[in-house]
Amino acid sequence: MMFILLVFLPGIAALVVGLFGRVLGDRPSQLITSIAVTLSAVFAVIGFFQITGTDHVERIQVLHWISSGALDFSWAIMVDSLTAVMFVVVTVVSALVHWYSIGYMSHDPHKPRFMAYLSLFTFAMLMLVSADNFVQLFFGWEGVGLASYLLIGFWFNKPTANAAAIKAFVVNRVGDFGFALGIMAIFLVFKSVDYATVFEKAPEVAGTSIGFLWMELDTLTIITFLLFIGAMGKSAQIFLHTWLPDAMEGPTPVSALIHAATMVTAGVFLVARTSPMFELAPVTLGIVTVVGAITALFAGTVALAQNDIKRVIAYSTCSQLGYMFFAAGLSAYSVAIFHLFTHAFFKALLFLGAGSVIHAMSDEQDMRKMGGLFSLMPLTGTMMWIGSISLAGVGIAGVFGFSGFYSKDLILEVAWVSHATGANFAYWVGLAVAFLTALYSGRLLFMTFHGKTRADQSVLAHAHEAPLSMNIPNMVLTVGAIFAGIFAVHAFTESEEFWGHAIFMLDASKHVLEEAHHLGFGVKMLPVFAGLIGLLMAWYFYLRRPDLPPRIANANRPVYEFLLNKWYFDEIYEALLVRPAKFLGYTLWRVGDGRIIDGFGPDGFAAMVMGLARRSAALQSGYLYHYAFAMMIGVAVLVSWFLFFG
Amino acid sequence: MILSAIAFYLFAAIIIASAVMVVGARNPVHSVFFLILAFFNAAGLFVIAGAEFLAMIMVIVYVGAVAVLFMFVVMMLDINFVRLREGFLQYLPIGALVGIILLIELIFVLTTQANVPEVLAIGAAPAPEISEVTNTHALGQLIYTRYIYLFQAGGLILLVAMIGAIVLTLRERPGVRKQKIADQVGRKRSDAVEIKKVSPGSGI
Amino acid sequence: MEIGVGHYLTVGAILFTIGVFGIFLNRKNVIIILMSVELILLAVNVNLVGFSAHLNDLVGQVFAMFVLTVAAAEAAIGLAILVVYFRNRGTIEVEDINVMKG
Repeated sequence: MMFILLVFLPGIAALVVGLFGRVLGDRPSQLITSIAVTLSAVFAVIGFFQITGTDHVERIQVLHWISSGALDFSWAIMVDSLTAVMFVVVTVVSALVHWYSIGYMSHDPHKPRFMAYLSLFTFAMLMLVSADNFVQLFFGWEGVGLASYLLIGFWFNKPTANAAAIKAFVVNRVGDFGFALGIMAIFLVFKSVDYATVFEKAPEVAGTSIGFLWMELDTLTIITFLLFIGAMGKSAQIFLHTWLPDAMEGPTPVSALIHAATMVTAGVFLVARTSPMFELAPVTLGIVTVVGAITALFAGTVALAQNDIKRVIAYSTCSQLGYMFFAAGLSAYSVAIFHLFTHAFFKALLFLGAGSVIHAMSDEQDMRKMGGLFSLMPLTGTMMWIGSISLAGVGIAGVFGFSGFYSKDLILEVAWVSHATGANFAYWVGLAVAFLTALYSGRLLFMTFHGKTRADQSVLAHAHEAPLSMNIPNMVLTVGAIFAGIFAVHAFTESEEFWGHAIFMLDASKHVLEEAHHLGFGVKMLPVFAGLIGLLMAWYFYLRRPDLPPRIANANRPVYEFLLNKWYFDEIYEALLVRPAKFLGYTLWRVGDGRIIDGFGPDGFAAMVMGLARRSAALQSGYLYHYAFAMMIGVAVLVSWFLFFG
Repeated sequence: MILSAIAFYLFAAIIIASAVMVVGARNPVHSVFFLILAFFNAAGLFVIAGAEFLAMIMVIVYVGAVAVLFMFVVMMLDINFVRLREGFLQYLPIGALVGIILLIELIFVLTTQANVPEVLAIGAAPAPEISEVTNTHALGQLIYTRYIYLFQAGGLILLVAMIGAIVLTLRERPGVRKQKIADQVGRKRSDAVEIKKVSPGSGI
Repeated sequence: MEIGVGHYLTVGAILFTIGVFGIFLNRKNVIIILMSVELILLAVNVNLVGFSAHLNDLVGQVFAMFVLTVAAAEAAIGLAILVVYFRNRGTIEVEDINVMKG
């Protein structure tokens, strides 16, 4: 019962406020949704302690959905350890964002709509993580995509927002195409879409092959690869990442909730959930690792050159997702989920903190126009420092570390130990990215809060610390950013009973995880050093000698431009895909539909009829002798006919 | 007999020539004249064929009434005989083609004979020998007995035509004073004269 | 040579064709059209009489007489119409009669 309420309360709140928001008014709408999601969060925490650690899986069937031949599945809420963890992450962050939005969106005229959309998103995400079959998962998948579109384009009068929303949806769609193919392949091979049936039968199918296009491929490899394409789209991995930076057009709470903590992590969740299949497809795992590592590197480098505060954090998210994926690729699913868990806290904190800064700076987002804000907003500044240190993974092994230290370090340790494909590559890339992470995080902090201010006097006059309604959620997140790691690391990553059967790992993988915990002090501290060096460099370049970065950028113009323009991905896609697609659409419309179909169809017929009618009307000349002539010709023809053919 | 053959060809030639002239004459009065000539020659043809009543009737009715009527109208209407319009030649090729096709087919059809004796035997109204009964008498015997209804109908047609022609063309000319004899005759004293008592010395 | 029915029919055919010609080749005035119609009817009469002579059957002549009657009536009405038309339009040129243009 509790779980049903957990999942459906946000949905009901979304419906009520969405439909009747104008009638209810602003304050009631905000309260209804925020309280609903908070209740869900409370239930989630209770459920977390109920489910994890036991082997108990709660399964509540809500409604029988489809029963058509072999295709038979229902709407159900399945809660195992993985789901319980995700519940906590989603509902807690969502609740905090809801309360934060009350303050952040106080000047917005469309408050009920915003809250309704937030709750809708929460509901869809909860459906996604509590599904017991792939189709319900896909429903939640699409639902969060929809909510993302609605929220990115929330300020629909801004053309850039609309474009960004469409871009997000379309790029997601590309991933969803692969995902849908994957689900269809699953049904084809397993004759069912229920997790239980599929995961049970997976070992039998391992090693068989299936025909795909013109090739014969290993069944599980191709299935998992297709599923991974969906994950790539949703989690903004390289090639399908272009939507994430543009998604920053949406209000900051949206970025915090969707594009940091929850929606983008759905891809990682998918890989973890389908671990029984991924474990049996080492090829795909290798691909996942490589893709994750490359994404982390790519996003890290681009974040160095961005000037919009939110975009830096967005690329940071992209990079961290890369970490999660390459952890999953090395079969360390629990570590990936652990990083997801900690990342939710500090990334949401960073976004919301950035939101406070933007709010204070009268919607200015360019860091080049900030600086020296620490004295004006000390609380926000401190919290962002904590969040960034957590992101950079600072800590002392065996003693204490911020959340990011535990999760990120563990990932790198697994990479060090593992012999899987691409593990070594992933390790060195991961280390480099740790350095980059610290560098750009420090850059962000120093450019925003310290040094001489570059902001306008009029803007500074309005700058003030964020109101309590915005700071309290941030403080909660700060606690999580500091302590979530140390409290959860043992349970998440070392205890088998914690996960129960939610995550499947081959024995070899479990072995790797074991080993990773027993590495030497030096190896464990290597990433920390990389991070500290990064922070130091950031301090030097952006506080001590702020004249250096522009000089370096000018000296290496091509490299700088390359990074600033996000490795020119958008331009390449524009030329390669968007323009041809638009041209195709335009041609099909103008020529195909307009000229050919309309021309031969309705327009053509109409014109032909008109022409025939006009010519027939010409026969009615009004001249008697014309008529007589016609009659004569008719007689002649008839007589000839009957004479010769009659 | 050779004489009848010559007469036939003569009449035939003239009738065809005059028919061509009816269509082609510049002056409409000339057209009417040639029409009259055609009728006369047709009557001649009829006589050769042995239908003398019909021939005479043709002359009386067609020439005497119809052609005169044509002449009358031609004279009455203000027709200026225009120079031959250029458009004439526009239709000549196709018109000639159609005409020739028609002609050839007509001749083709009409000259192939199939003498079926039974048909000849069941003549609807076999003509009696000319020595016994004249053509007129024979026709009269036929019309007033067998075809009396048609005859009456023909009369009705003529009546309707007469009335129709009058109805169509009769018009009241405004400003023309006509006598209404009936009104004149039916005038009573009370309409014309009125007695007024007048005292002597005063006017009316 | 013997004048058979074919001769009469040929004459009739030629007259008929000329009459038809006259209807649509004439560009002068409507009276020519009416006269062409009379020619056509004359051709029919010749035809009928020819057959009557050949088959020795009086019906042909009776028919020809009725044709005559009707032709006279029709000519009268046609001319009356023409006169009224002229009164209203002022012209009887064939080219101007196209009010019924479709």
